Formats: sequence, C-alpha cells, structure tokens
Amino acid sequence: MAKKDAPPRWDRRMQQRLARGEAAALGELYDRFASLVHGLAHTVLGDERAADGITRDVFAHVWEHPDAYDPKQGPLRSWVATLTHRLAVQRLRATETAALAQAGRGTTEELERRVRHASVAARADYIVQSMPVPLRAALELAYFQRRDYRQTAVDLGVTEDEARRRLRLGLQLLSTAHDAGAAAPGAPPGYGGAV
Amino acid sequence: MNEAGRLEAYDEHETDGEKDYEERQHEEKEYEEKEHDGQEPYDGPGEGKDDKTADDGPGGPGDGTPPTTPSPDPDRPPLIPLPRASVEDGGRPLPTPADLGDPAPRPAPLVLEHRVLKALLGAWALAACSPEETAAVEEHLGDCGACADEALRLREAVGLLHQPESLDLDPALRTRVLEGCLERRPPRIPVPGWAAPYDAETARLDALLQDFGDAEWHAPVRLKWFEADKETSRRTTVAGVIAHLLMVDGLVGIGLGLDDPMGDVTADRPTPAARTEAYWRTSHFPPTRSVRAPWREQSHDLVRTVSFTGGTAGRLAISYGDFELPLHDAMLDRAFECWVHAEDIAEAVDYPYTPPSPHHLHDMIDLAARMLPTALAVRRRTGLASPGPGRHLVPAGSPGRSLRLEIEGLGGGEWLIPLDSPAALGSADFEVAHVALDGAEFGRLAAGHVSPTEAAAGQVGDREAIRDVLFAAASLSRM
Repeated sequence: MAKKDAPPRWDRRMQQRLARGEAAALGELYDRFASLVHGLAHTVLGDERAADGITRDVFAHVWEHPDAYDPKQGPLRSWVATLTHRLAVQRLRATETAALAQAGRGTTEELERRVRHASVAARADYIVQSMPVPLRAALELAYFQRRDYRQTAVDLGVTEDEARRRLRLGLQLLSTAHDAGAAAPGAPPGYGGAV
Repeated sequence: MNEAGRLEAYDEHETDGEKDYEERQHEEKEYEEKEHDGQEPYDGPGEGKDDKTADDGPGGPGDGTPPTTPSPDPDRPPLIPLPRASVEDGGRPLPTPADLGDPAPRPAPLVLEHRVLKALLGAWALAACSPEETAAVEEHLGDCGACADEALRLREAVGLLHQPESLDLDPALRTRVLEGCLERRPPRIPVPGWAAPYDAETARLDALLQDFGDAEWHAPVRLKWFEADKETSRRTTVAGVIAHLLMVDGLVGIGLGLDDPMGDVTADRPTPAARTEAYWRTSHFPPTRSVRAPWREQSHDLVRTVSFTGGTAGRLAISYGDFELPLHDAMLDRAFECWVHAEDIAEAVDYPYTPPSPHHLHDMIDLAARMLPTALAVRRRTGLASPGPGRHLVPAGSPGRSLRLEIEGLGGGEWLIPLDSPAALGSADFEVAHVALDGAEFGRLAAGHVSPTEAAAGQVGDREAIRDVLFAAASLSRM
C-alpha cells in the first residue's frame, strides 16, 4: 500500500538509475511492478505463457528506453501499466487476427469486441487495485461478502452515509474503465495517476 | 530455556493491530484529502436537480405519504437494467409502474429525496439496499434521467468486479526477464556475480511473503542450529525471522557504511544472535508484517551498494562479531541464510519452497566447502575432535590428507577438503574418505537443520574423518 503512494521522487530516481545502466535498479523495478505487469497481461491474454512474454517485453522496453518515461506526465506505475496494456492488447489482436485468418470463422467485429472486452477488464482490474483502500474495502464487503450497506458500515466502523458514499464512489471510479472508447491506442485511459 | 520462555509469553501479545490501525488511519486521512480537493467529479449532470427536490421532506417508512414526484409515463421504456441478481436470472423486464401499485410482490416505496436516492445508487447497483430502498430507487429512476444514466453506468461497473485471481509469479521468471534485458542492453553497473545469489534469494523470499495475512506473519517458527555439536533451537514467528534477517544482513550494511537497522537499540555483542535477541527484546510488540519493508529496502540497498563498490571492495572484511568474512563471501552467506530461513517460513505456513537455482546453490556449497578446513581446526582446538592417529601435518601450501565431498544433483560438484590443517591443500592423492550428499541435504546439514548422524550421506573410507567433516559442516550453522 505504501508502495502505491510512493513519492514521485522514487520514480525520478529510478529513471535516472535505469538511464545510468544500473542492473540493480532493473531488479528493483521488477520487484515493484512485476505482479502488476503480469496480472494485467494475464487479464488481457488469459494465458500464463503469453503473460510471461509480455512481462519480458515490458521490462525490456523500460530498460532499453528509460527516457521514454516522463515523470511530469504522471507516476511510473501508471506509465508501466499503460505500456503493458498497449503491448498486451497488441498481442491479443495479433493472435486473434491470425486465428481468424486461419480458421476462417468469426468476424472482425467479434474480434474487436473481444479485444475491447479484454481491454476494459484489464483497466478495471488496475482501477480496483489502485483505488483508495477504504473504497476497495467497501466494494469487497458489499460485492464479495454480500453484505448490505448497513452491515458494510458496521464492518468498516463508519456511518451508513459514508458506506453509501464509498460504494457509489468506488463504482464511479470503476466505471471509468469503459471510457477508453476509440481513444488513441497509445494512451488507454484508466491508468491515470489520479486513480 | 529462560529466554525461550520469555519469548513465548511475549508472543501472546498479538497486538499487531496497533500498526495496522495507524496505517488505516493514515490511508483514510489521505483518502479524505483526496476527496476534498477532488471535488467529486462524478456527480454528472444530475447535480443541479438537487435544488428541485431539496425541499421534499424525507418520508418515513410506511408513513403512507404518496410519492411527491410525478408519475412516470407508463409507456416509457425502462431506462435501466435490473439489479444484478435478476439480470443473472435471465433479463426479466423492469416492472411497469402499474406493478408498483401492487403491494404484494414489492414493498411500498419509501419517499426519499433525490439527494438521498442518488447517494443510494452505488449500494443499489450492488444489491446492497433494503427492499424498500431498492423499490424507492427504482421508482425514482423512472423519473430522473440523470440518476438513471448513473444507475446504468454503476450497474455496468459492477459487472467488472470479479474475484482477483491470485497468481503466484514463477520466481524463475525474474531471472529470465532480467537476463533477457541485460543481454539486450548490457549494464554499465552490473550486479557482481557473488551478489547475484543474494539478489535472487531475497526476491524469492519477498515473493513468498507477498500474500501473507496476519495468521501467517504470526505463525510460530523454530530456528534451529548446532552449537558445540548439539542441536539448539529458538522459538519465534515468521515476522521474527524476517527481523532476524534484517539484523544480520545489517552487519554487511554496517561494513559498507549503510545505516544500522538496529537504530538506537544496543546489543551486548555485535554477533548475529546478540543483535537479533536485542532487537526482539526491545521492540514493544512482537515483530509484525511491518518488518518486511525495512528488510526488503535494506536488501535492495545492499545489492545496489555492492554494485558500485563491488569491484574494489570484494575483499572488504565484514565482521560477524566472532569472526570475519570477506564481503563477497558474506553476501553468499547471507544468500544461504535467506534460503534456509525462507524454508523455515515456508514450512511453518505449509507453502512449497524450492532450492536455489543450481548455479547459486553451487556457489553456496562452495563457500561452505571452503569454510570446512577452518571449522575442522576450531573443532580440534576446542576439543570436539581429537587429533586422530592418522593426523599428518604438512607444510603450508602442500597437499594433505583429504576428504572428497561429492555433492549430487544440479549445482553439485566435488570438493577435496584438507583434513589436518586449513593451510594444507586438498589432494586426490591423499584422499582418505569420500562422502556423497544431495545439494539440498548438504544445505540443511550446514544450516543445522539435520543432524550429522542422520544426514543422508553415502560414506566410504576413514570413518573418523567423515564424522569430523559432517560435524564441522553442522558447526557452520548459527542462529
């Protein structure tokens, strides 16, 4: 949790260390972001091996192009997530297109729908992981534990008003996963630092 | 005994809530701040309607007041999908307003203000309202386009929630990914080869700790080692083991000029055991998961620091209080200890854990093999081993009586251990005994986790020499 609120100083320093060619920095980068990267790639691709491949590509990209990250544009974490998303969706589209060409079944629309679906699902996972802990805790109680909002309030030790507010705000954040639309493939929203 | 008893009593203090509570308060505060300068950007176009309904008094449950909002157009199509449960049942249409008049299947709608209803939308979308509130919200959605839009959006968002899959990352992936990167762009500042096992083992242990809950952090662990040829043990918890690693790794940090993680705490002696005991004794509560971050930060700092100073400082002496090791051996020693204690932890919480990669395991065995001649000399000096009748001193640097240590399996190899003096050279010509063990078994022997008399070792030759070497291997262990 503390990791998620890491100051931008860590991001800047990490970038400098990577640029300087410090192998130890690459290890630290992996330790901090590997599960995020692998998880997102797995959500999009639904395959362990493919997610391993994306993980390799993401870290290779960051290691080879540390200057591609601009700390002014937001946290390193969001940037890494966006990069992962882009590479994973590219890979999904490529494999699905190849499968389509080979099998001759299905349509391009279906393909695009699948890609969009995977894309939204990955953004949603990221949003849930990155949202403020009190919001996530409220959603977990109400959705996974099937607690109503009054019980949720008791479990969290907050007022019923506050429980309602958290549930609504949490879902509002989550709903932005749908907002990618036809946006530029290079910058899928939902990985903003604000979330 | 006394010491162990004290720790056991002390372990009963499961007051880890303290830190967690603080963390939570801190998070809540941040969250509040975020909220306040974040001016709720999600209220959408419906916000202005608050005024319209602000004067409506809240209706109490069953007070019989009819809805003050105008009846919706009966011909209007439903604006929203049904609650999640119903949708899963197969998309029944939204009840028509006429149905709402029927008191039997649905409770009478409450009369609530727009503001209140809007605040309920999240709970409604999650099917976490009372039946009365659900009815009131759904009634309202027929009238209020803004709320209906938001309701649809939130209901769709609920569909995005799913149980997170807990994916354990394959620890070998780290090595593969990092190696792939370093081939593409060779590092200007590499991690020295002798620090690589420490880097890999700390990462493996950290991954094991990743999903631990309070139950795991407080699971009892018994640290075991050999002292004066006797099995010794000390009870602690998983968190206590990480605190132990933090304290002992700190010896390497001190040698490199890093801050001592002990802080203000003082130990009687600068040994691994004394430092650990002092830290355990002086922490107000039994160590909790909060030790993970400082331990991990220190391990990252060590790898980083030796990368910069490694080339010149590999021979720098690191003091363990009673003895010293050159930096590169100290880093191997810490890698070995990290693996051994990770196995202790994994066993305590019943998780699987594998031995280090063959290459790293080989380096760790090599360190132990190099330390054996000195350990044998110490045993002779302290009277634990009698200078056998076959002992034969040779000039320093000359081949002497030797034992062939054969380690089987990946990462294994053969070592000739000079038996009579650390100054002698191991020699196949003077081989008097041959011992064969599996690599992981040898690791457990050197860690004091199996007794020398029980270690699964194939043995040929001078029994006295074999016994001495196996006990010397066990004597390498410490807390």
